Amino acid sequence: MKQFIAFVKKEVHHIWRDKRTMFILLGMPIVQIIIFGFALTNEVKNSKIAVLDYSRDDASTSLIREIGASRYFEIDRVLYNNNDIEKTFRGGEIRLVIVFPPHFNESLKHYNKAQVQLVADASDPNLANTLTYYAGAIIMDYQKRITQDRKLPYTIHTEMRMLYNPELKGAYSFVPGVMAMVLMLVCTMMTAITIVREKEMGTMEILLASPIQPVKIILAKAVPYLLLSMVNIASILLLSVFVLDVPINGSLFLLIGESILFTLTCLAFGLLISSSTDSQQTAIFISLVGMFLPTIMLSGFMFPIENMPLPLQIISNVVPAKWFYMIVKDVMIKGVGIGAVWKETLILAGMMLFLLVISIKKFKIRLA
Amino acid sequence: MQAITLNNIEKKYGSKKSTVQALRGISFEVDKGEIFGIIGPDGAGKTSLFRILTTLLLPDNGTATVDGFDVVKDYKIIRRRVGYMPGRFSLYQDLTVGENMNFFATIFNTSIEENYGLVKEIYSQIEPFRDRRAGKLSGGMKQKLALSCALIHRPSVLFLDEPTTGVDAVSRKEFWDMLKRLKEQGITILVSTPYMDEAAMCDRVALVQAGSIMSINSPAGIIREFTNPLLAVKADNMLHLLNDLNKYEGQADSYPFGEYHHVVMKEKGLENDLENYLQKKAHQNLEVKAATPGIEDCFIHLMKKE
Repeated sequence: MKQFIAFVKKEVHHIWRDKRTMFILLGMPIVQIIIFGFALTNEVKNSKIAVLDYSRDDASTSLIREIGASRYFEIDRVLYNNNDIEKTFRGGEIRLVIVFPPHFNESLKHYNKAQVQLVADASDPNLANTLTYYAGAIIMDYQKRITQDRKLPYTIHTEMRMLYNPELKGAYSFVPGVMAMVLMLVCTMMTAITIVREKEMGTMEILLASPIQPVKIILAKAVPYLLLSMVNIASILLLSVFVLDVPINGSLFLLIGESILFTLTCLAFGLLISSSTDSQQTAIFISLVGMFLPTIMLSGFMFPIENMPLPLQIISNVVPAKWFYMIVKDVMIKGVGIGAVWKETLILAGMMLFLLVISIKKFKIRLA
Repeated sequence: MQAITLNNIEKKYGSKKSTVQALRGISFEVDKGEIFGIIGPDGAGKTSLFRILTTLLLPDNGTATVDGFDVVKDYKIIRRRVGYMPGRFSLYQDLTVGENMNFFATIFNTSIEENYGLVKEIYSQIEPFRDRRAGKLSGGMKQKLALSCALIHRPSVLFLDEPTTGVDAVSRKEFWDMLKRLKEQGITILVSTPYMDEAAMCDRVALVQAGSIMSINSPAGIIREFTNPLLAVKADNMLHLLNDLNKYEGQADSYPFGEYHHVVMKEKGLENDLENYLQKKAHQNLEVKAATPGIEDCFIHLMKKE
């Protein structure tokens, strides 16, 4: 036990004395949360649009005013003919043009039927979709108001409710994602480097020629990074609750417990990389390709797994981050208890044990 | 019981395509309390030998014991009993002197206080810098720290792989004095060095070249084995001199040696003949004198014989 504590102390010294790396490790989650929270958002807010109004009558102007007043759009300019539409899109700033044909008011009032055209720049399909959807909704609203006093023979009234995230905030999905990403980066990459560094520096030679057991070396290397990760978990949760207004609906203890479980899984993976490679470069490369990319691509955080081709869906099952992402979303956003996430928890725990056992088994007790 | 025994140890590196035979059947024994030197140039296989004995590498062939324990089967016991100082400085550069010492003491289940007596003489020299990071020490001080760390658990056998490489002359001298005192404490020391002049400090030496042992003897014994007369020759134009020496029939070997050329003669009594021969070649300021062979002469001689 004394050996173990001495080893942990040594590791803490290594981390503590490499101040730059330590600040990167501790600062990264904060920066990521802030970037994802404020800069990298796919919500539409004050998007600049243009109007091409051939009728210029009561109805069209009041509808335009309504669109401009919403928090999604800002009328940036007024166009005068069809040719201007493409020119505007080429400028890149305007993503949506609303076109009113001539006699808009007249057709609406007298023929009970009027047309509006929404032309969107679909070079970014998601954004085009969102913009036309929002604009369509505003127009529907407007229509509803003018038909209020009339009796229509048949109407279906659709009412939508967005459960767990009524405002459709992006933060609800990226906070769990960033958590998975940061823990993965800190734990996997840093631990992957730590044993390899001893090999590169030649200190492994002395450690191997000493009576300390491999298990102690491996576990002692994991402890300081576990502590570091706890700090990161805390800072991510604090930021998301107090800065991004993402609630923790479920049990905080469960959330922290699950995070520790995931951290341990990442640590085990890092240690496995570490005991099976010989240079820091290889270790970094493997942890990036083997862990970081799948975490971003296949965890469901960036791209929904349901939409992937079957082989990728199957592969995604071995990505620990996928399970963790599911757990965090369920516990944090939906507020469920352990009863609902026990399966994911067991899978993670199984992965962790498996990786840890292999990394201890793979640890070379000799130099070659 | 011998402190170290090696029996026909072989070690190969590399894949099927290109193999390097690092050790070709090495056998020798080291007595308890002996300072045994492995003398040989870089690439002779010294480090491979040390790694096999410290259980860090498995031999391809042959058996070896340290303190009576087999290096393959009983590696755990050996790792508790031996001290090892690798050729490259292998302590934690970002830990202080004191932290390194404490760490290695704890790893070996002991404490600095317990064996302070043994390391005192060495450690007291670096103790004033105990709060300095190991990476910021000078070469000689690093060496002392590494030795202290290797000694802190009072090993019965100490393995020192090129401990004086890259260390200044004064520190080297001090280092060997320390080894002598450790020997008095009953510690067996296996030490390797590329410096021939250090061989004289050992009780016995093995001259190693290309993975084989050329000779094992006491330093004096090795020199006694050198039976040919040896001459030291000097003149103004040393390059011409060497060319002419090589053409001389009575010589077995000639090579530059410091400010002289050493000439190994085939038989005794040819000194005057050689001097006459060289004078005919019109060398200025010619000087021919008898020389006492050193370990280096023996090494070169043995190497050429192979």
